[in-house]
Amino acid sequence: MQYSEKVMDHFMNPRNVGEIENADGVGTVGNAKCGDIMKIYLKIDNDVITDCKFKTFGCGAAIATSSMATELIKGRTVEEALSLTNSAVVEALEGLPAVKVHCSVLAEEAVKSALADYYTKIGRPIDFEVESDEHEDDH
Amino acid sequence: MKRFVYADNAATTPVSREVIDAMTPVFESQWGNPSSLHSKGREAKKLLDDARERIAKVFSCNVQEIYFTSCGSESDNWAIKGAVSRLSKKGRNHIVTSAVEHPAVLNTCRELEKQGYPVTYVGVDSDGVVKMDELEAAITDKTAVVAVMFANNEVGTIQPIEEIGRLAHAKGALMFTDAVQAIGNIDIDLSKLPVDMLALSGHKIHAPKGIGMLYVKKGVVIDSLINGGGQEKRKRAGTENLPYIVGLAKALEVAKEKLPELERVEKMRDRLIEALLRVPYSKLNGHRTKRLPGNVNVGFEFIEGESMLLWLDIAGICASTGSACSSASLEASHVLLAMGVPHEKAHGSVRLSISHETTEEDIDYIIETLPPIIEKLRNMSPLWEDVVKANKV
Repeated sequence: MQYSEKVMDHFMNPRNVGEIENADGVGTVGNAKCGDIMKIYLKIDNDVITDCKFKTFGCGAAIATSSMATELIKGRTVEEALSLTNSAVVEALEGLPAVKVHCSVLAEEAVKSALADYYTKIGRPIDFEVESDEHEDDH
Repeated sequence: MKRFVYADNAATTPVSREVIDAMTPVFESQWGNPSSLHSKGREAKKLLDDARERIAKVFSCNVQEIYFTSCGSESDNWAIKGAVSRLSKKGRNHIVTSAVEHPAVLNTCRELEKQGYPVTYVGVDSDGVVKMDELEAAITDKTAVVAVMFANNEVGTIQPIEEIGRLAHAKGALMFTDAVQAIGNIDIDLSKLPVDMLALSGHKIHAPKGIGMLYVKKGVVIDSLINGGGQEKRKRAGTENLPYIVGLAKALEVAKEKLPELERVEKMRDRLIEALLRVPYSKLNGHRTKRLPGNVNVGFEFIEGESMLLWLDIAGICASTGSACSSASLEASHVLLAMGVPHEKAHGSVRLSISHETTEEDIDYIIETLPPIIEKLRNMSPLWEDVVKANKV
């Protein structure tokens, strides 16, 4: 299995690793049984994501997709972040091996889960689909 | 300059200079077909006979008990399929095997199960040793063959083959062992071992890929898997792969000569195990002492194996993992799961398989390199974050 240079770059030098104290939104998806867990922290000001951090337990692709997803939503509006798709993450990483595409799905879900937490905190109804914390999908 | 440490000898080994030198003249000039009657054929036949004799000496068995195959998987398939096909005509159609076999055995059994042959998969304890009471209870007068590996490829646990063989024989069943990982690591004397069939492969002992062997004890008759010409006493058709057979004979001889060196390998293994177990939340997978001399398999909690392998690879260290994420099937190691290791811990396992070619400096380098990788990955793991917050470190 061969990862693209971009994937290896984000794996070796992941952007935005860490936590945010008093984050405005936190989302965790995946489970240890499947081998990937992503946790995303958001700092949101006036519906703009001013800061974004992640922690990931998982393979090279899981780390790289988390890193790329945080890069793609940082500085964006909540609405823009909600429109982030897994294929946009794959594209930005210059491709993923077919067996690893589910990692990009997890990254998209992690962003949505953190945004859902933000919506809940500010009392805004969640008008998009969110994966629950512990999902046992096909992986 | 970056170091290069090959610690994946259980996956494959480099072909040794001695083996290359033994094979080269066979490619260059002794290229005849051993079945041909002319001088070129007779020259080849002599080499074939000679290789067989030398291998028989290594294992203290008879030349007529050695059959060359294309690989370990073929030998596994042939032994099991050949045995049940033959013995089911006599009312024995049942197979007993273990839950930790190599896929070449497990998937052969699953295929036979689909065809209607009953199979019992015997469990293992937390060290990966076959549960003997369960095994004994599984063998009946309908059992054709008991197939248990000599030593496990992932965790290195050595099975009590003699005892298992005796249990099989007590019920009149054949005993087959996949010894692919054991060869070159354990001195095997087939004149004493209660084993009817034994499979091995060349590429784990510095012979090339594409050559295997099946030992079938004199008097034991199994059906053929590959039909065709009259090679290998009409039991396994196909023009003999003479250069590789000569290479295999050489590799087996060298491996036997080097058995005393394993003491040094074992010491390096133990030093590596000790060092890695100093990492918090780590655990040795497999038996502490009944273990292949070159096998180190350690699980590190809260991180995933493929990430570990990628970092090791960047540092020039070749290793392997039981994590699902590194396999095409996305399934965690069936061996670790059978040993009762939970999925989340199976993901964080790394196998380092060293050999007599490994140096103390290589071990130092692994010991220097791996713990910081684990720390780096844990620092970005949300699971580790929970442990730190609970003040458990």
